Amino acid sequence: MSGAIDNRSIEIRPNLSVNVGGILMKNPVTTASGTFGFGPEYTPYLDLNRLGAIVVKGITLLPRDGNPTPRLAETPAGILNSIGLQNPGVDRFILEALPFLANYDLPVIVNIAGDTADDYALLAEKLSRAPGVAGLEVNISCPNVKKGGMQFGSDPSMAAEVTRAVKASTDLPVIIKLSPNVTSIIAVAEKVAEAGADALSMINTLLGMAIDIKKRRPVLGNVLGGLSGPAIKPVGVRAVWQVYREVKLPIIGMGGITTAEDAIEFILAGATAVAVGTANFINPRATMDVLEGIENYLNENGIEDINELIGLAQKA
Amino acid sequence: MSLVADAKVAKQMKIATGYYRLYLAAPEIAETARPGQFLHVRCSHTLDPLLRRPVSIHAVDREKGEVILFYRVAGRGTALLSENKRGDKISLLGPLGHGFSIPKRHARVFVVAGGIGIAPLYFLLQEMAAFGIKAEVFLGAATKKQLFFDKEIENFGHRVISSTDDGSAGYHGTVTDLFEEYVQKADKSGDVIRRNNDAGVYGCGPYGMLKRLSEIIITAGISGEVSLEERMGCGVGACLSCACRTRGGENGVRYRRTCVEGPVFPAEEVVWE
Repeated sequence: MSGAIDNRSIEIRPNLSVNVGGILMKNPVTTASGTFGFGPEYTPYLDLNRLGAIVVKGITLLPRDGNPTPRLAETPAGILNSIGLQNPGVDRFILEALPFLANYDLPVIVNIAGDTADDYALLAEKLSRAPGVAGLEVNISCPNVKKGGMQFGSDPSMAAEVTRAVKASTDLPVIIKLSPNVTSIIAVAEKVAEAGADALSMINTLLGMAIDIKKRRPVLGNVLGGLSGPAIKPVGVRAVWQVYREVKLPIIGMGGITTAEDAIEFILAGATAVAVGTANFINPRATMDVLEGIENYLNENGIEDINELIGLAQKA
Repeated sequence: MSLVADAKVAKQMKIATGYYRLYLAAPEIAETARPGQFLHVRCSHTLDPLLRRPVSIHAVDREKGEVILFYRVAGRGTALLSENKRGDKISLLGPLGHGFSIPKRHARVFVVAGGIGIAPLYFLLQEMAAFGIKAEVFLGAATKKQLFFDKEIENFGHRVISSTDDGSAGYHGTVTDLFEEYVQKADKSGDVIRRNNDAGVYGCGPYGMLKRLSEIIITAGISGEVSLEERMGCGVGACLSCACRTRGGENGVRYRRTCVEGPVFPAEEVVWE
């Protein structure tokens, strides 16, 4: 090895911090709503302080029991779920779950879901008054509830209406979580951008189902469910790629991210941050493995700032 | 201690067609595991099948630092698991879940196992033997070939009464019928099991069997614990897939997580379908 290389080997750690619509994250790795509980579930496995942000399980105005079981079906390289937004309701969430997260140096993004635009507005108002919330992720794309949910996400003008209602009720950064179960995800993204969204999350699960051929009936108690896991990664990368070209909002990319390589694909397509979802179920340290892998990739390729990587494949 | 470990297979033994005992070198788990807890086991090294499989802890060998699983091949995951040989590595998460309570030393203990349900109860019987507690074990299976470990359990010092659905060994009928008759006969002979505060029942087996067992023990006024099986995602309480219907809540039913609040629940708390 030559002396010249030795002189340059003073290690410069690459910048990993990103800004998602006003939410400052120390690194781009966060959790997909519904796959990480409210945080304490994973503290035996990792230090939550190392996450760029946490996106918690979806919250509704009133407590919800969720859907009948079975709520889960395994499919090739993926899972179908129909949990049905089981949660303790916003008031108990603020009282019981938020204080725990205040112990961490960690932006808390609260995923909210409602039946009407008013529900979303009221949720936004309550959470804006609660201490320790860094941003809201508006779930207009849940396939597992009868009312609201995906209905809002599949109609661009309804998606915009919910976005406006939330924006009018909060000063927190508002991230709209988009559904892939639409003809044009670009059309929905454009409308919510116009309506004032600060960032986008994509993608939520793909609507699917499985049938038990021995019992000759649907596997899931709720019949239909949302498909997630490695099987949907190409759909997620495609959605991020398409929307990044047309809409100038930061994107949290998700959909089957299991490794750092998966995460880097999303970033190269245009994601500012990435969320690890189903992979948490298989490997509770998946977020940390993704984070360490991203850092290694930057080091190995001499990239000083993660932000240089965002959307880079679009310029190729 | 870490709850995630790559354990080496010490050995794997086929007990009967489709039934395996898997011995894993996992000293930390062997040391801390309690009866009724489970391991979340990665069955493949690829993305398909994707999820871990919850497998109850069957026994521990603390001297050798081994944890033992007993399982039935039920699908692709367990079929892959059965292919593991000595020296292979398996990713484990655990010990997880809320296990059985260990009974008081002077308690009358009844253990009721249906089929593969003996898997976690064997560990309980192993621990009870170590505490000097003797149990009456009702061991039921479809047929004689699936009646496992009766001699080993007797060697622990417990009494085994077996049943088979087809009558090929022991009592001809279900294990719950056998247990119910036993309680009734005890009544007539003046042996107090009913409403005995010092009696306890531990059950594991198919859903229908546990439902019936719960009815019997609630009617008899004795306390009991049952170990439930439910499809699981994460195993750590985050995904809410393994919801179990229990008493509570506003409309009388409250979903609780089988992976964290269970898999063992007091029999009277479960709301059966």
